[in-house]
Amino acid sequence: MMQSPTKYLAHKGWHQTAVIAIIGGIYVFGSWALDFNNLNGLIAVPKAFAWLGINFKPTANSMTYLPRIWQKLIQTVLLAISSTVVAAFVAIFVALLGSKVTGVNAFVQTIVRGIASFFRNIPLVAWSMILLFAFKQSDFTGFLALLLMSVGYLIRAFMEIIEDEASETMLALKATGASYFQVIFQAVLPQILPSILSWILYMIENNVRDATLVGILTGTGIGFIFDIYYKSFRFDAAGMTVLAIIIVVIALETISNQIRRVIL
Amino acid sequence: MLEVKNLQKSYEKDRPALTDISFDIKPGTFVAIIGPSGAGKTTILRSLNQLIKDDDGQILLDGDDIRTANKTQLRKFRRQIGMVFQNYNLVERLTVIENVLHGRLGYKSTLAGVFGRYTQEEKEEAMSLLKKVGLENFALKRCSELSGGQKQRVGIARSLIQHPKVILCDEPIASLDPASAQNVMELLKDLTEEYNLICIANLHQINMAKKYADQIIGIRKGKLVFDESSDLLSEDILRTLYDQDITEELE
Repeated sequence: MMQSPTKYLAHKGWHQTAVIAIIGGIYVFGSWALDFNNLNGLIAVPKAFAWLGINFKPTANSMTYLPRIWQKLIQTVLLAISSTVVAAFVAIFVALLGSKVTGVNAFVQTIVRGIASFFRNIPLVAWSMILLFAFKQSDFTGFLALLLMSVGYLIRAFMEIIEDEASETMLALKATGASYFQVIFQAVLPQILPSILSWILYMIENNVRDATLVGILTGTGIGFIFDIYYKSFRFDAAGMTVLAIIIVVIALETISNQIRRVIL
Repeated sequence: MLEVKNLQKSYEKDRPALTDISFDIKPGTFVAIIGPSGAGKTTILRSLNQLIKDDDGQILLDGDDIRTANKTQLRKFRRQIGMVFQNYNLVERLTVIENVLHGRLGYKSTLAGVFGRYTQEEKEEAMSLLKKVGLENFALKRCSELSGGQKQRVGIARSLIQHPKVILCDEPIASLDPASAQNVMELLKDLTEEYNLICIANLHQINMAKKYADQIIGIRKGKLVFDESSDLLSEDILRTLYDQDITEELE
């Protein structure tokens, strides 16, 4: 049955109002169930920032920590880059096997999707904890944790890129009589390269941030010394560490934005 | 000579997309396939180079059935059949000449093709074809920098370097402005004569079909309702094809 347009639009308005009301209701119920006082929570925010500002402010003294922070930071950035690059290599091959346009068959596609979502959906913290038992406190544990999660994300992203950007050119080359590998190397890979690089850069930025967290758990890199400074109440040094991380992440983002502008 | 006999195809059970399609096309003929959207024009075109696997019938190119070909034979068939697309389907990031040379891949060993190693003759031919389609000064430009009409001419050059017997054009002018559309149609028409090609184009523009095509095939709901020389296309036929009066298109 066709609805009248006015009726349809009125219905749609009601639907939207109802959805917003339900979300609001869930929030109110959640606060009540957890005994969370919204007003106090809001008032506490400026106080917390004031505390942070006083205690975490790096002093002249904290400059002495800088060489050590710097060394660990470089280590962490390199860890993030190497894990992302290796992950990208693995992911591109797996994505070619698993995408709908270049994939082997429906069975392999399902398997690939399953693997990607498995690696992606186990939280990074869980990966680190699990791998910690096998590989002890080492850079390799952190590398592996970042690698596995990045592989999960990149397979998924690359498959979608292939499906979105390469299917038309692929068809054209298939029609000329080109073989599968010729199509992959002459059409698919050149076509998707900018999007792939863009994702790799994003993943590197992301992994530098995540490597900090992984470092706290695996006892390596910048995360480890932040943890030490923090637990030994050297808050000014911890603040210095955070500041250094922020500067490096912003620098990396700026660089990768520049690279993107050139390649896209 | 291209002979299509009793071609059948259904995507869903009991809902035929093509029913008993048969037609012959002689070399040097420019054919337009017309008909409403969803009538099965694209299905016919893509069956001819087996990008779509049809269900039954025969497709004979100079007497050999492309439908029963194995993988290696199919590659050999496909390299004799060029294809031109509505959205050009070029590798936008590569240069014009690289895209033209892609038409040679069907003739190359897998390894030479993977690494893009083309012979001097192939490169020279690519240049002369670019000259023929009026793009000799664009050889080293990226395809993403070209206009729609220019991209389509690159697509045509890519199909010509295959040394094709047949060129299939899937809505070749649907995304083009009227001037570029006219240039592309004229180019296709000239090439058909010059190389004695079989050129088959799906078209929505009936005036273009009437003006440029030698032979017109009309498809309605998966059935062939017209297959004659283009000057026999009448208002009556169009009314049957499109279920309404279409007069001004014939002007």
